[in-house]
Amino acid sequence: MGAISAVGLTKSYGDKAVLRGIDLDIPAGSVFALLGPNGAGKTTTVQILSTLIPADGGAAQVAGHDVVRQTDGVRKAIGVTGQFSAVDNLLTAEENLMLMADLNHLHRREGRRRAEELLRRFELTEAARKPVAAFSGGMRRKLDLAMTLVGDPKVIFLDEPTTGLDPRSRRTMWEIIRGLVSDHGVTIFLTTQYLDEADQLADRIAVLDGGRIVAEGTAEELKRIVPGGLIRLHFADAAQLGAAAGLFEYATADADALRLDIPGDNSVLTVKAVLDTLDNASVRAESLVVETADLDDVFLTLTGEGAR
Amino acid sequence: MSTTTYAVSDSLTMLRRNLKRAQRYPAMTFSVVVMPVMMLLLFNYAFGGALGAGIGGGSYIDYVTPGIVLMTATAGSVATAVGVCVDMTEGIVNRFRTMAISRAAFLTGHVVGSVIQTVIALVVVIGAAFAMGFRSSAGPVEWLAAAGLLVFVTLTLTWISAGIGLVSKTPESASNTPLPLTFLPFIGSAIVPPDSMPTVLRWFAEYQPFTPIIETLRGLLMGTGIGNSGWIALAWCTGLTLLGYVWSRSVFHRR
Repeated sequence: MGAISAVGLTKSYGDKAVLRGIDLDIPAGSVFALLGPNGAGKTTTVQILSTLIPADGGAAQVAGHDVVRQTDGVRKAIGVTGQFSAVDNLLTAEENLMLMADLNHLHRREGRRRAEELLRRFELTEAARKPVAAFSGGMRRKLDLAMTLVGDPKVIFLDEPTTGLDPRSRRTMWEIIRGLVSDHGVTIFLTTQYLDEADQLADRIAVLDGGRIVAEGTAEELKRIVPGGLIRLHFADAAQLGAAAGLFEYATADADALRLDIPGDNSVLTVKAVLDTLDNASVRAESLVVETADLDDVFLTLTGEGAR
Repeated sequence: MSTTTYAVSDSLTMLRRNLKRAQRYPAMTFSVVVMPVMMLLLFNYAFGGALGAGIGGGSYIDYVTPGIVLMTATAGSVATAVGVCVDMTEGIVNRFRTMAISRAAFLTGHVVGSVIQTVIALVVVIGAAFAMGFRSSAGPVEWLAAAGLLVFVTLTLTWISAGIGLVSKTPESASNTPLPLTFLPFIGSAIVPPDSMPTVLRWFAEYQPFTPIIETLRGLLMGTGIGNSGWIALAWCTGLTLLGYVWSRSVFHRR
């Protein structure tokens, strides 16, 4: 049975439809990424699944409980780390964790043990007694996630967990998220606007755009949606570039970079054909690079029409 | 554990959190105390001579103290509104909402925390009044009744302020909205008797909720006549507390 399942979720604010029918089926123990640009409806989806707001239509179950009729069952099973840090700035890191332990109704000793363990695991032990107001963005995010883990959730929602973090803190966060799945077997529902993040972490990715899921699959499956990649040629001067550009119908030339991009399918034959064409016309290219499709292409292809 | 025990233990957890926050950010508690103490100084030493003569003799500090004490409770309500609003605008309230905790705990923790904070402020202000020459004729029973009334009034104002904090978009507006509440006692019997006011104002002063509360307090502390003010005060407090409570709960559940 799936850890998260949803059928036909819709939500509107006024006459603005934010979600236009979302279906989800996420198996337990997996990482699922909901990928989409700003305003696609990612946060709204998380808010509905985590019982913060009701959907207008459709139904959803999390950890076997209905998100509207069995909110307590859902809440006992989930942990949510939102886009905006949900820590108490006037308390210390340790006090924040103990607050969570108390609200999870853990015994004092058990709460203290778990707080200490989480501080150690997230390398916050030294800062444990400092007020959170003095924390960096990365530390705050780690504490936020640690607070979510106090209750030992089976399903964890991470709403844009690395937005606004520097590259280093972001890698740390990625390692922590990977660790959660391998050590604890939890299910993770992640939203992100970063393709590399979805590519790095998720077993399955759904691309959300304008309130609809426009594609779903593994990173590899999604990459196959956009055929081929491109062959990128560099030239020594504008004359050579101009000559080459005339030879290929679908090529796009960049005059400043002296670069020509020719759409291709990554096959050796296509590369050879390009080189032969250049040779026959006596056009000399300085270098050649074959680019395979990446998730960026998928993302831009799938969400391009919405023109935000 | 049953739901009820969770409601109590969750509320206590929230209360501990709010008291800790009040300790870490004492400026708020401080401002609750400073405003009424400044008023006492101002009305006793600067205006006291003229006002005292105007009310027909007697020690003016004895007249004005019950009114200023009540204003301490209204000043405390500003702190409540700001505290609730800060929590609502920061991410932490959404964390609480996605946890399996009693829904009432969040507001109960805030309200009880604020009442404790305000009661401390009340003790300090009454102490300051004594230092400035306030003398009460009240015995232990009257003091107990006065204390009970003050706590009840504080509870009333705190529930209303919790609602104000919930509907305020920013902590700044949360701190401004209760200001009319703070100044309402002026257009009552806090500083001067309403008899001396123009007709319309006098009518308002006589029927607004703060006047019977002040009169009851004055009666208990100074031995002046209370009449039916006591019952009217209790009725106002009961009604407004229920209103504030129901309003806050429904706003919190909607947002």
